[in-house]
Amino acid sequence: MANILAVDDSASMRQMVAFTLKGAGHAVTDAVDGKQALDLAGTQTFDLVLTDVNMPVMDGITLTKELRALTDYRFTPILILTTEAGMEKKQQGRAAGATGWLVKPFNPEQLLATVRKVLG
Amino acid sequence: MSIDISQFYDVFFEESFEGLAAMESGLLSLSMGSADAEQINTIFRAAHSIKGGAGTFGFMTISDFTHVMETLLDQMRNGERDATTELTNVLLEAVDVLREMLTAAQQKIDSDESRIAAVRLKLETMLNSQSDNGSESTGPDQVHPQQVYPEQNKVSVWNIFFKPHPHLLQTGNDPVRMFRELDMMGSLTVVADDSQLPPFFDLEPEDSYLSWTLTLEGTVSKQDVFEVFEWVEDDCELTIELVSSNDSSQHDSDIELSPIKQPIQDDFLANAEPTGDDVAVQNDDSNQTSPVVSKALVQVTTSQPASSIRVGTDKVDSLIDLVGELVITQSMLSQIGDTFTEDMLPQLIDGLAQLERNTREMQEAIMQIRMLPISFAFNRFPRLVHDMSAKTGKQVELKLSGEQTELDKTVIEKMGDPLVHLVRNSLDHGLETPAVRRAAGKNETGLLWLNAFHQGGNIIIEVTDDGAGLNDEKILNKAIERGLVSPDEVLSPQRIHELIFLPGFSTADSVTDVSGRGVGMDVVRKNIVSLGGSVNVVSTLGQGSTFTIRLPLTLAIMDGQTIRVSDQHYILPLISIVETLEIKNSDIKHVSGKGELYPLRDEYVPIIRLYDVLGLKPIVTNLEEGLLVVVDGAESKVGLFIDDLLGQQQVVIKSLETNYRKVMGVSGATILGDGTIALILDVQGLVSLYKDPSLAHVIIADERAA
Repeated sequence: MANILAVDDSASMRQMVAFTLKGAGHAVTDAVDGKQALDLAGTQTFDLVLTDVNMPVMDGITLTKELRALTDYRFTPILILTTEAGMEKKQQGRAAGATGWLVKPFNPEQLLATVRKVLG
Repeated sequence: MSIDISQFYDVFFEESFEGLAAMESGLLSLSMGSADAEQINTIFRAAHSIKGGAGTFGFMTISDFTHVMETLLDQMRNGERDATTELTNVLLEAVDVLREMLTAAQQKIDSDESRIAAVRLKLETMLNSQSDNGSESTGPDQVHPQQVYPEQNKVSVWNIFFKPHPHLLQTGNDPVRMFRELDMMGSLTVVADDSQLPPFFDLEPEDSYLSWTLTLEGTVSKQDVFEVFEWVEDDCELTIELVSSNDSSQHDSDIELSPIKQPIQDDFLANAEPTGDDVAVQNDDSNQTSPVVSKALVQVTTSQPASSIRVGTDKVDSLIDLVGELVITQSMLSQIGDTFTEDMLPQLIDGLAQLERNTREMQEAIMQIRMLPISFAFNRFPRLVHDMSAKTGKQVELKLSGEQTELDKTVIEKMGDPLVHLVRNSLDHGLETPAVRRAAGKNETGLLWLNAFHQGGNIIIEVTDDGAGLNDEKILNKAIERGLVSPDEVLSPQRIHELIFLPGFSTADSVTDVSGRGVGMDVVRKNIVSLGGSVNVVSTLGQGSTFTIRLPLTLAIMDGQTIRVSDQHYILPLISIVETLEIKNSDIKHVSGKGELYPLRDEYVPIIRLYDVLGLKPIVTNLEEGLLVVVDGAESKVGLFIDDLLGQQQVVIKSLETNYRKVMGVSGATILGDGTIALILDVQGLVSLYKDPSLAHVIIADERAA
């Protein structure tokens, strides 16, 4: 089972994501912004990072760029959780090195399906 | 696995209300013209989170409404729209509506549809009005129309050519996982082409050199195949061809999509957005389950849900640490107890000292959990001041300080109304209109200052204005007119100011929309006193007033002064004690009908002999042999005559009402260190008893119960 880092500034989203993934047997650590996530990523290795885009302090796009610059995270799947269905944010995410995205609102089943997709 | 998302509603509502407060204060501080980018981003983010959460948790009307706000805010954020007063006001109104919608959803009642529609129309009108640079931006995303996919029951054979760009692996995508996914859709054959693989020494291990030709057979649409490659479409060459289909009527025949993938992308944009579908599905859910249940239920369920506190994990962690330490201390002590010999006394004393430390630290940590910054109470004032200054035509600068001062959640909640009243009063009666201020040589903009800080074991909240100040003559005349004081009474200025806290007093010349609501300062004082606090005013005519509220940090524990009256021990709330004096009999004035008075500087305080009021057999009756404790009574200071002062200690307040009944003059009980019980005296009650001893025999209806 995977060790997953979930990043979102919304507590309800963090809880929902953590609860869903833990229910599927994964270990979940959460962070409230990109900065905190980056610090956590330095202390342990995650198999998957799920991050919101629009967050205070450090946004998800910057986080993705910063993670990709770390040796341990060059190939780690990073999924962007975005409410912005438009292509712009997805392109930005992809340019930053994100693996893929999941469009909000999503339900627990969709989240699990997407996570299965990247974890194989 | 099915997950009940309603368990996350509480957190969602809580953070949404916080988000609304952030939006509100952000909107209020928006300067005119081009607004500060970070400010707008903060407001935008709050709206964005509410929209996202509402969508996720199935509150679609809230999500839709917020979407319109978000679109406007996005335009502001991108500099396409200026923050005009009109726009800010509409957004503020929208914040109000959103708050109502969230409250309605939380309490499972209907929201006011017509108001929502009206404000939504205003927002949309704003949106459609030409923004500054004429941009017709439609915001970050659209609510996508639900797209119905044609039924795909046919068995198709797809030929897929997939050649990743060299950097594909560095996006965290892995072709093997994609193939596995395709494999689950039908029968898959994979042929790899390694012809591009460079000689070993030229090989970059992190790059991708292979390409693949895959054949997939199954009841699969092109869309299904495309979705597997959705994330990598820009990072590869991709061709998806239909080889054969058992249903030739399908229009979806051989389309070659390489090397320019435009057709796929168009197709994808037109059809593939999964959001549209999901939105519709969740919408159905919300109709069945949440907010709009049945109207019959509505009236019953309007009561507030049990309140919750959000506690930082660090606070909980420190509690768990402390419990750990307590367990260690306990096991150490029980070991000593098991094998106790006299020479272990030092260890026992050490252990007890450690227990005391653990207990104290735990008490502090647990109290911390109930503590919230006073900003929770202060947050509403920028809006209130904004609205009121618009209504009264007064220019006001609101200054907040000490917002991070923490106090008990219950105290904060109960302080809300008294604070609002004081602020309204300052704005309405205290601060003058710009013209009057100019004439008085003052800055046209008046200052209203809310300040909070710790002092001893108390919280002090000050409401200061630089307005007209209290008019002694006017107050005195009114008080005489109302029969609150007799015309021949001589009062110090401080005593005159105190008159405004008397029941039935109001200095307003006319009842205004703003503060004259039939609630006087007496109610403010009563509310504060019921929290174990006190309020007083210092005012200078023409220069302004400061109302100072003094509150205990918590309601559960208070600092008590143990006193002895006759042979009994009592507790006085330390907060109510002004000073303690040794007095001389020669200073005492005897006034017929008013008993004994003690001249304390410029006022006379009545002396209440506690043994009398409490019905005890006195030991000390000579005033010179005991002590006089001057306390803040309901309306003025009084002196309590006691035998002796004992120690000060923190006491845990136990309610008498829940165990016995309300007793006049006693607010509760506590257990002292030696195991005996001491009653906590209620100064106001004592004053009432002193004035009318017959009250002691009356069982009082529980008027102060919250």
